[in-house]
Amino acid sequence: MYGNFSRKRRVHGMLKLYYGLNEEGKTVDQAESMNPCDINGTHFDPEVYLNKLRRECSLGELMDQETCMVKQIRSLDSDMQTLVYENYNKFISATDTIRKMKNDFKKMEDEMDCLSTNMAAITEFSAHISGTLQDQHAQITKLSGVHTLLRKLQFLFELPARLNKCLELQAYSQAVSSHRRARCVLQQYSHMPSFRGIQDDCHAIMDKLAQELRQKFRDGGSSAKDLSECVELLLQLDEPAEELCDKFLIHAQSRLEANLRGLEAETDILEFIDRGCNEFVSSLCLVIASYQELFVNRPQEGELASKNIPHMAIGKLHAFVDAMATCYFLLVERRIQEEKSVGDNSLLVRALDRFHRRLQAVAKLLPGSAVPSQGTEIVVRAARERIKQYLAALQRFYLDSLRDVRQALAAPRLATGKDAPASLPELLSSLSASILNQIKSVLASVHLFTAKDITFSNKPYFKGEFCSQGVRESLVVNFIKFVCQSSRQFCESAGDRGGSTPPALLLLLSRLCLEYETSTITYILTLTDEQFLVQHRSPVTAVAALCGEAREAAQKLLNHYVKVQGLIISQMLRKSVETRDWVNTIEPRNVRAVMKRVVEDTTSIDVQVSLLYEEGTRKAHSSDSSKRTFSVYSGSRQQTRYAPSYTPSAAMDTNFLSNIHKLFSERIDIFSPVEFNKVSVLTGIIKISLKTFLECVRLRTFGRYGLQQIQVDCNYLQMYLWRFVSDENLVHFLLDEIVGSTAHRCLDPAPMEQSVIEVICERG
Amino acid sequence: MEDDAPVIYGLEFQARALTSQTAESDAIRFLVGTQSLKFDNQIHIIDFDDENNIISKSVLQHQAGEIWHISASPADKAVLTTCYNKTSESRVVTCGAVWRMPPEWESGSHESPDDPHNSHNPQNLELLCHLDNSSHGNASCVLWEPMGDGKHVISLADNHALLWDLTESSTQATISSSATLEGKGQLKFTAGKWSPHHNCTQLATANDTAIRGWDLRTMSQIYCIENAHGQLVRDLDFNPNKQYYLASCGDDCKVKFWDVRNINEPVKTLEEHSHWVWSVRFNHSHDQLVLTGSSDSRVILSNMVSISSEPFGHLVDDDDLSDGEDNHQDEKTKEPLQDSIISTYEEHEDSVYAVEWSSADPWLFASLSYDGRLVINRVPRALKYHILL
Repeated sequence: MYGNFSRKRRVHGMLKLYYGLNEEGKTVDQAESMNPCDINGTHFDPEVYLNKLRRECSLGELMDQETCMVKQIRSLDSDMQTLVYENYNKFISATDTIRKMKNDFKKMEDEMDCLSTNMAAITEFSAHISGTLQDQHAQITKLSGVHTLLRKLQFLFELPARLNKCLELQAYSQAVSSHRRARCVLQQYSHMPSFRGIQDDCHAIMDKLAQELRQKFRDGGSSAKDLSECVELLLQLDEPAEELCDKFLIHAQSRLEANLRGLEAETDILEFIDRGCNEFVSSLCLVIASYQELFVNRPQEGELASKNIPHMAIGKLHAFVDAMATCYFLLVERRIQEEKSVGDNSLLVRALDRFHRRLQAVAKLLPGSAVPSQGTEIVVRAARERIKQYLAALQRFYLDSLRDVRQALAAPRLATGKDAPASLPELLSSLSASILNQIKSVLASVHLFTAKDITFSNKPYFKGEFCSQGVRESLVVNFIKFVCQSSRQFCESAGDRGGSTPPALLLLLSRLCLEYETSTITYILTLTDEQFLVQHRSPVTAVAALCGEAREAAQKLLNHYVKVQGLIISQMLRKSVETRDWVNTIEPRNVRAVMKRVVEDTTSIDVQVSLLYEEGTRKAHSSDSSKRTFSVYSGSRQQTRYAPSYTPSAAMDTNFLSNIHKLFSERIDIFSPVEFNKVSVLTGIIKISLKTFLECVRLRTFGRYGLQQIQVDCNYLQMYLWRFVSDENLVHFLLDEIVGSTAHRCLDPAPMEQSVIEVICERG
Repeated sequence: MEDDAPVIYGLEFQARALTSQTAESDAIRFLVGTQSLKFDNQIHIIDFDDENNIISKSVLQHQAGEIWHISASPADKAVLTTCYNKTSESRVVTCGAVWRMPPEWESGSHESPDDPHNSHNPQNLELLCHLDNSSHGNASCVLWEPMGDGKHVISLADNHALLWDLTESSTQATISSSATLEGKGQLKFTAGKWSPHHNCTQLATANDTAIRGWDLRTMSQIYCIENAHGQLVRDLDFNPNKQYYLASCGDDCKVKFWDVRNINEPVKTLEEHSHWVWSVRFNHSHDQLVLTGSSDSRVILSNMVSISSEPFGHLVDDDDLSDGEDNHQDEKTKEPLQDSIISTYEEHEDSVYAVEWSSADPWLFASLSYDGRLVINRVPRALKYHILL
C-alpha cells in the first residue's frame, strides 16, 4: 500500500515538474502536504481535520466552513461532469475510425492476390519466349565475330598496299602506326605461309620507310619539329635509341658549330654576346628541349621501358652540352679578354649579365648541368680580370698625373721664373682631387658588377669575395700601396742618380702621402665599404696599417726632400770652399756671392715648403738673433792651449770653450728624420749645409784673409739663417764650429774686428 | 760577460791620420799623425797593454808639416810613410815621404804617458826618401804593397797613381810605372786601396763618386763603378778573405759592399750613419766585422755575416767532423746569421776621420776623431765567443 502511494506521488511529482512548479513551491507543498489538516494535501485526514475544526472553531465559523465546503464540492462536481462528457465524445469518434480502417484493409488484400497471379503468368510467358529465341541469338553472335575477323584479315591483306601508299604520300606516321597494329599478329601467325608473305612484304616496306626516315634525319635540312617526328617514328620502328641520340646530337652539333663560327666574326662585345645568346644559346636550348622530349621525357611503353633509354640519353646530352658549352665558353672568354679598354664598364657588365642570364635557361632545362656554374666562373674571372685592369689603369693614371705635375712644375719655371712654387698647393689639390675622382669613377664602374638588376650579382662570389678581396683589397688597397711604393721609389732611385726628381715634386708627394694618412685613406676605404657593403669575412688590410705605410712614405719623401735640397746647397758651399785658394785670397770687402745664393735658395725653399706645410714650433728668439759676435776666436785660446783636459795624458789644442759647449750640448744628428712642418724641414736643410761647410773648411788651409772672409760669410749666414730654424742656437753652434775650425786651419790667424764684419755684411 | 770600458787617449793636436803598425804582430800598436799649422807635428806611437788596460805612448817629431795620411810598412816595423802639407810662403803642397823611426824610441824614450817632460824633447824621424812628385801634384795617400817586402809603394797624387820601387834601405825611390786618370774637369783621387789578392796586382781608387780598379802590371783600368755613391767616395777597403769583395763609404752616409764582378748593383748597403762616412775597415781575420767611422762622431761595428767568408759562423774543424752526433746538433743550432749592427760607439765628440783594426789583436780597434781623441775599443766578448766557438 505504501509502495503504491509512493508511485502516485512520483507521478504527481512528474506532473508538477511538467507544469513548471518550482522547488520552493514543492517544499512548501511538502511541508503542507505532511499536514493532515490540509484539505488539498495528500495526507489529508478528514477525521483529524474535523476534530481540529471542531476544537478550534466556533459554531459560526463551522457553519461558514461548511457552506464554503459545500460550495467547493459543488463546483468540483460540475467540473468533473464536464470533463467526463468531453472525453466520451472523443472516444466515440476514435472507435468509428478504427472500424472504417478494418473495412478498407480487407478490400486491399483482395487486389494484391489478383496481382500476384498475373505476375506468375507473365513469368511463364517470358521464359517461353526466350527459350524459342536462344538459337538465333547464338548464330548472330557467331556471325558478327566472323565479320570482325574478316575485317582484320582484310586489313592485313591490304597492309602492304596501304603502307606503300603511305610511303608514297610520305604519311610516315600513319604507316608506322598501321604497321605497329599489325606487327604482333603477323609475328604470331608467321608460321602460316600467307601471313608470312604479308609479313615479309611489310618488313620490306618498313625497311624502306625506315631508310627514308633515316635519310631525312641525316639530311639535316629539316626543321627541328620534323626531326623530332622522324626520331619518334624511328624509335617506334625499334631503331636503337643510342644511335639515334648520337645522330641527333651530331646533327645539332653541326648547326651549333655553324653558329659559333658566325660568332667569331663579331667585333662588338655586346653584339657578340647578343648574337651568342640569340643564336647559340637559343639553339642549344632548343636542342636540349627537343632532345629531352624525344628521348628523356617520352612515356615508356613495352620493351622500350626496359632499355632505360632516359638514363643513357641524359648522359649523352650532358656530355654533348658540356662539349658545346666549352667551345662557346672558349670563344666568350677569348672575346672578353680582348675587352681591355676600361672606359665604359657598363657594356661589359651588360654583356656578361646577358650571357649569364641566358645560361640560366640552360640550367632550367638541364638541371644537373655544369654549364651555368662554368658560366658563372667565366663571369667571375672576367670580373677579376676587370679589377686588375682597373688597378693598372689607376696606376697608369697616377703616373700620368705625376708626369703632368712634373711638367707643370718645370714649365712655368722656364717661362716666368719664380711663378712655379706659387702653384704648388693648386697642383696638390688638383692632383689629389683627380686621383680621388678617378678612384670614385673606377669604384662606380666596378660597382656595376654588384647592381641589383644584374643576375650574377647575387652569386656568393659577388656578394662576398668580390667586394672584400676583389674591390677592397686588390683594387683600392693595392692602389694605395702602389702610391706609397712609387713614392718610396722616388727616394731610392733619385738618391743614386743625383736627384732626377725635382725637389718640389718630392715635397708635393710627401704632402700627398700625409694627406692620405690623415684623411684620404680612411675616406676611400669607408666609401668602398659602404658602396660594396663589404663584410670582412676574410682578413683585410686594416686602415691603420695603410695609414702607417702612407705616413712612412710621407716621412721618407720629406727626409729625402731635405737631403736633396741640403745636397744642392751643400754642393754650392763645397765647390766654393774647394775651388778657392784660401791662402792667397785678398782682404774681404763683401760677402761672397755664394752665401747670398745660399740665403736666397734657403728663402725660396722656405717659401716652397710654407705653401704645403705648417709653420711648426721654434724656440723663442733672443732679442739680438741676427747680431751675435762669434766668441770662437778670442784671446782666451792662447791661455787654454796647454790646460789639462779630461784626459790625463794630453793637453788640448782645440778650442776649450767649444769643447765645453760640446760637452753640454746634445749631439746633432745631421741627416735625421724631420717632422712634418716647415721649421723642421728647414732646420734639416740648414744643418746639412752647414755641416758640409764645416767639413770642407777642415780640409783646407787658410791665410789671414781667408779666415776673415769665412768670418764675414758666417756672420752673413747668421744674420739670415736663424729665422728659419727651430733652435737658433744650432745655427750659432755650427757657425761657431766653422769659424773655429777655420781659425785652426789658418796660417796667420788674425781675426777681423766684429764691427768691420758687421759693416761689410750690412753692405751686403 | 762585462765588456771592458773603452780606453781613451787624448792628443794635444788635431789629428786625422791613424794606422796600426802593420809589421808588428805581437804588440798592439797604433801610429797617429797630428795636424797643426803652428807647431811641430808629431807622430804618436801608442802601445796598448791589453792585460792591464794601460796605454803607453812615444812621440816622434815630424817637422816636415801636418800629416794627412800615414801608413806603416808591412815588412819593417820602423819604416812608415806620411803624406804631409808643406807650406812655403803662399803655397800649400802635399808631399809624400818615407821615414824611419829612430832605433832608440822603443828602448830609450818609452815612458809613461803621464811624464810631462816627454813631449818636450822628442826624437825626430829619420827621413829615408821623398816620394818626389812635384810634377804630379798633391799626394793624397801612400799605400804599401800588402804583405810585401816593403819595396813597393803606390802614391796617389791628384789624378796620378804612381808605383814606386824602393831600394833595399828605402833610401831611394824611383817611379817604376804610373797611371793617369783622364777625364773632364779636375779629377783627383780621394782614396785608394791596394788589393791583397791576385798576387797584389790590383789597386782600387776613388775619385768623386766613382770607384775604379787598376791592374798594376799594365797600369790600366779594369773596372769602374760609376756613381758608386750618391756623393763623394771617402774610403775603400778590400775584404781580406774574399778577393772580389770591396767595401766603400762616402758622403751619402752609406757604406756599400761590392762584388767587383758585378758592378751594377752593390751587394749590400748600410745606412746607419747620420753624416758622411770617412773610413771603413774589414777585420783582418773575421771579415764579417766591419768598422766604420763618420763625421756624425760615431763609430759603428757591424756584423755582415751574410756576405762574409764565414756565412754560417765558424767553420767546423776536422776534429769535430769525426764526432758525428755532435756535429749534427751543431748544424741544427747554427742557422744562417743575420746581418746586424753590433755596437755604436759614441765616445767621440768630433768627427771621426779614421778607424783601424789592430794588426796584433783581431778583437781590438782604434778610432781617431778630429779633436785628437783616440779611442781603443774591443769587440764585445759575447760576439767574440760566438764567432770563435
